[in-house]
Amino acid sequence: MLTYITRRVLYSIPVVLIASFLLFAFVRATFDPTAHLRSSRTAASAIKEERKRLHLDEPVVVQYWDWLKKAVHGDFGTSERTHEDVFVMIRRSLWVTIQLIFWGILVSAFVAISIGVYSAVRQYSALDYTFTGLSFVALAMPPFWFGLIAIQFFGQDPKNWFHLQNPLLYSVGLHGGGLTGFNMDYVRHLILPVMTLTVQIVAGWSRYQRAAMLDVMSADYIRTARAKGVPRRRVIFRHGLRNALIPLVTVMALDIGVLFGGLIVTEFIFSIPGMGRLFYDSLLSGDATVLVAWTIVTATFIIAFNLLADVLYGWLDPRIRFS
Amino acid sequence: MSIGDEDGAAVHTEERFGHEVAVEQGMGPVELIPEAIADVELAHTAEAVPRTQWQLFRRRFFRHKMAVISVAVLVALYVLCFTAKYWVPFDPNKQNLLLGPVPPNGTHWFGTDELGRDQFSRIFFAGQISLKIGLAVAVLSTLVGATLGAIAGFFGKVTDQLLMRLTDLFLVVPAIAILAIALKRFGNTDSTIILVLAGLFWMYIARIVRGQVLSIREKEFVEAARAAGASSPRIIVRHILPNIIGPIVVNATLAVATAIITESTLSFLGFGVQPPATSWGNMLSTAEGYVGTDKAYLLYFPGLAILVTVLAVNYLGDGLRDAFDPQSEKHT
Amino acid sequence: MSAGNGDGLADLQPVEPERAHANGSTPVRFDPNAPLLEVEHLTVEFKADDGVVHAVDDVSFSVTPNEVLGIVGESGSGKSVTSMAILGLLPKTARITGSVRFRGVELVGRKEKEMQPIRGQRIAMIFQDALASLNPVFKVGDQIGEAIRVHHKISDHDLRERVVELLDLVGIPHPRQRIDHYPHEYSGGMRQRAMIAMSIANDPDILIADEPTTALDVTIQAQVLEVLERIQDRTESSILLITHDLGVVAGVADRVMVMYAGRQAELGTVDELFYESCHPYTLGLLASLPRLDRADARTKRLHRIKGQPPSLVYVPPGCPFHPRCPAAEVPGICDHERPAFRVLNGSGRRSACHFAETLDRAALLAPEEATS
Repeated sequence: MLTYITRRVLYSIPVVLIASFLLFAFVRATFDPTAHLRSSRTAASAIKEERKRLHLDEPVVVQYWDWLKKAVHGDFGTSERTHEDVFVMIRRSLWVTIQLIFWGILVSAFVAISIGVYSAVRQYSALDYTFTGLSFVALAMPPFWFGLIAIQFFGQDPKNWFHLQNPLLYSVGLHGGGLTGFNMDYVRHLILPVMTLTVQIVAGWSRYQRAAMLDVMSADYIRTARAKGVPRRRVIFRHGLRNALIPLVTVMALDIGVLFGGLIVTEFIFSIPGMGRLFYDSLLSGDATVLVAWTIVTATFIIAFNLLADVLYGWLDPRIRFS
Repeated sequence: MSIGDEDGAAVHTEERFGHEVAVEQGMGPVELIPEAIADVELAHTAEAVPRTQWQLFRRRFFRHKMAVISVAVLVALYVLCFTAKYWVPFDPNKQNLLLGPVPPNGTHWFGTDELGRDQFSRIFFAGQISLKIGLAVAVLSTLVGATLGAIAGFFGKVTDQLLMRLTDLFLVVPAIAILAIALKRFGNTDSTIILVLAGLFWMYIARIVRGQVLSIREKEFVEAARAAGASSPRIIVRHILPNIIGPIVVNATLAVATAIITESTLSFLGFGVQPPATSWGNMLSTAEGYVGTDKAYLLYFPGLAILVTVLAVNYLGDGLRDAFDPQSEKHT
Repeated sequence: MSAGNGDGLADLQPVEPERAHANGSTPVRFDPNAPLLEVEHLTVEFKADDGVVHAVDDVSFSVTPNEVLGIVGESGSGKSVTSMAILGLLPKTARITGSVRFRGVELVGRKEKEMQPIRGQRIAMIFQDALASLNPVFKVGDQIGEAIRVHHKISDHDLRERVVELLDLVGIPHPRQRIDHYPHEYSGGMRQRAMIAMSIANDPDILIADEPTTALDVTIQAQVLEVLERIQDRTESSILLITHDLGVVAGVADRVMVMYAGRQAELGTVDELFYESCHPYTLGLLASLPRLDRADARTKRLHRIKGQPPSLVYVPPGCPFHPRCPAAEVPGICDHERPAFRVLNGSGRRSACHFAETLDRAALLAPEEATS
């Protein structure tokens, strides 16, 4: 088990490094960080100075290598856009994104598993058809569109109808001005983005859970449990769900890993200063230092959750043993 | 006395039951789906009329009503969009600043934007770009992905390693991030958008096809063919291709849906189709500013267009999946 | 709990027997004087795309205490469906008519909730594929324990002791260690023993064994059968032994019922069936058995029953066996009139052949000449 994890981690390191290098080189080739100096009168000398300061006169491999050497020691460099410490920027954004992911996954997992189990146990019932139809619709909606519609329907429209000062559900950021911590304000900010995030995830997971549950419920050991006289509820939850969760948990881990860098659209719509928003702002200004650090962090999360998926699988299914 | 193994298999579950019955309806000894072969021996119907694979496929597809409706919807959408200039009521780019934005009414069914342009007409023109990108990306990425995936899966070794390592690199970064960066670099005309999207999408298809080929390669009937001296090309064409054509077609269909959504998302974020060119995504990008105002109607129709298209494509994919799979659930 | 084997559960408290009828359904009252198990005109049908599958067609039989009744037939003969219909384990799509009475209580049409106290406690079942039939994520001991726990109040300690006892009883070595292993850590034979231990955990009145040895190696088969016989001697359960293997039946059963195409073909004691069969299908099965004890075993080819078993959607008219029957009168009575499952003598011997009394057994049993 430990050797398996070690091997996977060792394999992942070059993958992350090469991916982040490619991205770095790509951004360097696309953007000129000195572009904003072009218009000034002393352009020629100023650009030269700035290029030297940013080490742009060196080959891109050397630039990356210099950055990496420092990064290993915890110095992720300075943003070319905000002149802030990149490590601090990432840490701050990551914390925001983690809050979104935490609530989003909590809600999604509960709803998806409930729908999945119900739909499988009552296959071809009216509600099963309804859930199936809804999930098809949810999967066919561009996520950003659902977000905008949600702001309109659940935030703005009620405000207009009831002539409220503020909407019940906010659509900008995670906190009102000056507020922090877990309170009503936080919840009112959180609901719409979490809803946007959740709809698509639930649509996917509930379909998956339904299929897994159907598969399990037709297994021979379910028949054995029934033949033993085990009550139906216990057959479904103890024997059925316990087995049907194995594939879902794996898929959940894989999906969660992608969310750390994948909430670009949600954070964009709701102006939430998380990892996705950081990527968007950095990309628009060609901030290669932030982007390379961002890539390494998101890639690390994706890989870590990939690994977690495998470990969970082995833990949940006694038949799997790592060699 | 030799008797087949499982007596009650046909009645353990509804699904498996349906499957057995489907097999009994006369799956001939044709290798379409490997699982079916094992059951042919058990199928004890001399009486039922044997049908060809194609007939069975059609029958299963037409049983999926939503898929059939979706085909009609998609054909209608493509025809309407690409013949838009002959029939839409207004010039989509003609501004009418005196009119300004008006909500949906008898003349302008979907309303007009702040420049007085008719939204109904614009949607069908915008559809040309969205639909074109969806179809082109799917075709391109499927051709490349399926070919490379099949080669990697069948011949293994160096090709396989190369494919897996290359795709690993791209799978550790969120797709939307890769695409946004690539579009920043390569510009955002229709063709670059298509190439960039296909440049990423082929990898997913390649990995799926590779997995399928790997598992089929190990199946008994392929080993039997190999033992009987069949050549590699013959094994690929006669045994492997018929078995992976289903997953390939289904994934190609779903790639159309993913491409349309991805294009709209990128355009919405400002990385995709740029004005004055119009796609559903960048219509929504403009409309974003009107959320919460009395012009929110600008938000609804382009989104609905995407929703209807992608929904139809997904149902089509679902129907094809069922049609290719004799074990599929039954739809009434 | 005492260390006594087999019947140590007599003093255990049952789990709220009233729960079953808390919602107004009829209480389950067994009549100890009523016959143990009576199946009458049992018919099971499934709707399929191109017709109705007649999985079980008008089957009647009874099981008396302490007897082993073998049910023999090919795939699709309806033997497994019959057994699952008894316990109500068929999917909802099955249309079941007729009657199954256990100690006078009708089981057909009973609600899931009302069946639970019967399943595993009064009538238990052993399945063919023990690996698939054991839940892969739970320890074997827990799964056996669950069979007891859902029917009886019992402390954790007593439960564990009882499971160890059961594992020991079915011949699993080192039961105190084995109790904490997962099914995949057991060998095939041990898994089937564990299944048996699970099924006898509550001393059921009837044990339904559905092809208990089919998935096993021949040497293991014998061991498992021996365990079954030993259990039966000890617990006085009746066993419904479902198999396609006449050899298994010959060694273990008291009476045998042969099924074909969802219908009964023949019913009688083992001796009657093996030596004086009154149905061409049974005779065909017997003739196709390899017999090493016969002098001509090497020179003669094994007998084959020609053709294929029929589709259960399109069952042949008249006698379902007539297209394959060497003694059939076709055209004639065999493809026109469905033969009744007639009683042939006073001891309940039955056959569903129009010519049961006049069959030329010797001719039907004769092996073919080798032609190669």
